[in-house]
Amino acid sequence: MADYEIPKLKEYPVIPVLHPGVSAHIKPYVAKADFQIALNYPGELVENWEQKAVAKLGELKGKYRSLQVFLDSCVKCGACTDKCHYYLGTTDPKNMPVARQDLLRQVYRRYYTFAGKLFGKLGIPGFVGAKEMTKDVLDDWYSYFHQCSQCRRCSVYCPYGIDTAEISMAAREIMASVGVGQKYCNEIIAKVFKIGNNLGLPQPALEDTLLGLEEDVKAATGVDVKFPLDVKGADILLVTPSADFFAEPHVDGLMGYAKVFHEAGVSWTISSYASEAANFGMFIGSYDNMRKVALRIREAALELGVKRIVFGECGHAWRVAYSFLNTLAGPFDFLDPNYPVPQHICEFTYDLIQKGKLKFDKSANDHRVMTYHDSCNVARASRMGDTPGGQFTIPREIIKAACNHFYDMPPDTIGEATYCCGGGGGLLTDDLMELRVKGALPRMEALKHVVENNGVTHMAAICAICKSQFTKVIPYYGFKMDQIVSVHQLVSDAIVLTKQ
Amino acid sequence: MNALSWVYVILFYLAMLILFVGVVRKIIQYARTPAPLKIPTTPAPVTKAGVVWRMTTEVVLFNSLFKANRWIWIFGWMFHFALLLAFLRHLRYVFTPNFLLWPLIDNWLVLNAGKYAAYAMLFGLLGLLARRFLVDRVRYISSPSDYLMLVLILGIAGTGTWMSFVNHIDIIQLKEFVLGLFTLSWQPLPTDAVLLTHLSLVLTLMVIFPISKLLHAPGVFFSPTRNQVDNPRERRHIAPWARELETGN
Repeated sequence: MADYEIPKLKEYPVIPVLHPGVSAHIKPYVAKADFQIALNYPGELVENWEQKAVAKLGELKGKYRSLQVFLDSCVKCGACTDKCHYYLGTTDPKNMPVARQDLLRQVYRRYYTFAGKLFGKLGIPGFVGAKEMTKDVLDDWYSYFHQCSQCRRCSVYCPYGIDTAEISMAAREIMASVGVGQKYCNEIIAKVFKIGNNLGLPQPALEDTLLGLEEDVKAATGVDVKFPLDVKGADILLVTPSADFFAEPHVDGLMGYAKVFHEAGVSWTISSYASEAANFGMFIGSYDNMRKVALRIREAALELGVKRIVFGECGHAWRVAYSFLNTLAGPFDFLDPNYPVPQHICEFTYDLIQKGKLKFDKSANDHRVMTYHDSCNVARASRMGDTPGGQFTIPREIIKAACNHFYDMPPDTIGEATYCCGGGGGLLTDDLMELRVKGALPRMEALKHVVENNGVTHMAAICAICKSQFTKVIPYYGFKMDQIVSVHQLVSDAIVLTKQ
Repeated sequence: MNALSWVYVILFYLAMLILFVGVVRKIIQYARTPAPLKIPTTPAPVTKAGVVWRMTTEVVLFNSLFKANRWIWIFGWMFHFALLLAFLRHLRYVFTPNFLLWPLIDNWLVLNAGKYAAYAMLFGLLGLLARRFLVDRVRYISSPSDYLMLVLILGIAGTGTWMSFVNHIDIIQLKEFVLGLFTLSWQPLPTDAVLLTHLSLVLTLMVIFPISKLLHAPGVFFSPTRNQVDNPRERRHIAPWARELETGN
């Protein structure tokens, strides 16, 4: 099945012994010139790229306090060394968060600190952890900054809150700015600019797909549940990851949202112009590109004259929506001030459950014993509801409202300690399959635990990337791909439609 | 005044200048660099008071480190807490009895806590150093300067402990030397070899501070993942350079 070894699932997590360089060969395809230029980057490695990379680092550390403080503050205590799923899965020491950061920090120290400059001149920069910017360093950057899913698990445990995601975003921005961008992310962003979504699904195809879904729901339930597209004057604009339009199990979640909207009796619409919740601009660390993608949502909301914006199930999209949208594309003073902007579909559904407005037949989910995977960006980079930690309780309450059987995975693998699925951060591409399989190890071990101890049959997720990643990699660990479900798929299966 | 005392007087002023200017420059740099996006590690406090509490638990109890690794926490926290106690004990060299807070400095509890903290400090430092040698992951991420930093502080703690418990020095004369630095009426320094070693290492530490990882001390207060309020939907957060993008189109 694969030309590399699939990690063994162990009874208890074990911190592996270091194997330097074992994942140095893992790297994604480099973006072609067209897709670099579409994102306002040079098409190929520029002349004097060493100086330009160092200069770009200087520019970024002047624009991001996080970068400046994080590059200075690490004391190499080792607290983060066993926290990254890619380290646990690959055993390559450069996948330890601090070692990954050091790939950038060594260059910062060489060119921007007194100690690094001094010992650099003496010919022993390594004495103070500094290193010249060379092709080897760039190659290391390209490999290992694309072996970070920007999941922020390390930042939970760092005594200074150093977030490797910030470092890897900066490194990717520097690489793209000297001509070495990543194919997968850059092509996707270019597609959003051109067509409106990651999958390059044009308006007619989208319309067709949504009509098909209406027919499916009608056939299954006998009820006319609508999937409106580009409806001016609707109350709610739904922005959801484009995978929801046809990927499994994503699409079952989309049916869930539609049924909830139907029962709530609200008018809603999808926009073909902003038919994408995902924002890969974040993954490549580009404020400009992230902003351009985000502004499409603002433009669509204005164009359609909606009063509210609701986001579908997607992890990093919810980070950009919850934490950044107001910054990137606000202010949203033209929307109804009685609702948060934006709202998560889980907040919307949970609110209705609280008010007793949704009826469930839980027995419809009795063939499932559920567990729930906290998506990294939802868990550690956003919130749901009014209180801290709502992002953990609200999805679980929804699952429990729709299902009779629910068990959590071990506490050090959920909540703020959750493990990334292994495919986040712009790594959900076939050229990184080995990394994705290995990075899923800690989650697979946790899943195995509840499968064996609690008879869990299914794992729910609220992230398009998690769902795609898991359905693809869990067969490697002996599970079946249909064991992954959307949270709103459970809602969809159990909700009792009371309105015609 | 002998020549040696003069050398130390000059070195002290130089070291204090480098420490002060260096750290203030870094603090100004951190404060002036914008944080363009809301990036608190969530769950995060939703109020400013909550952030103050979060930061307090981080700085006083090393909350995140406690979650991460109990061994590093025990060694690290013991070292830092002992450092605080030792620092308080050293205040008696800088202040005179007519200082308002003198009773808080010159009392049995502070002086003894500061004295016996020496052992906790040595224990913590040796633990941290042992981890650097023994744990393969920590050994991998350590540069020579990381070991030397611990050795330097061990040297300071070791010589200090020696003077407290084994070979007492003339602390009256030392205090006159220190006060003389502040009042510009310079006094001779006791020429005890252990004391001179202790002071030389302290001077080295002061000089290294603003150009090394010791910047974690001011840095932690500026860490956006820990000091930001989780309220991006309620309040629009925007950096000056990002606002320029808006007026640009």
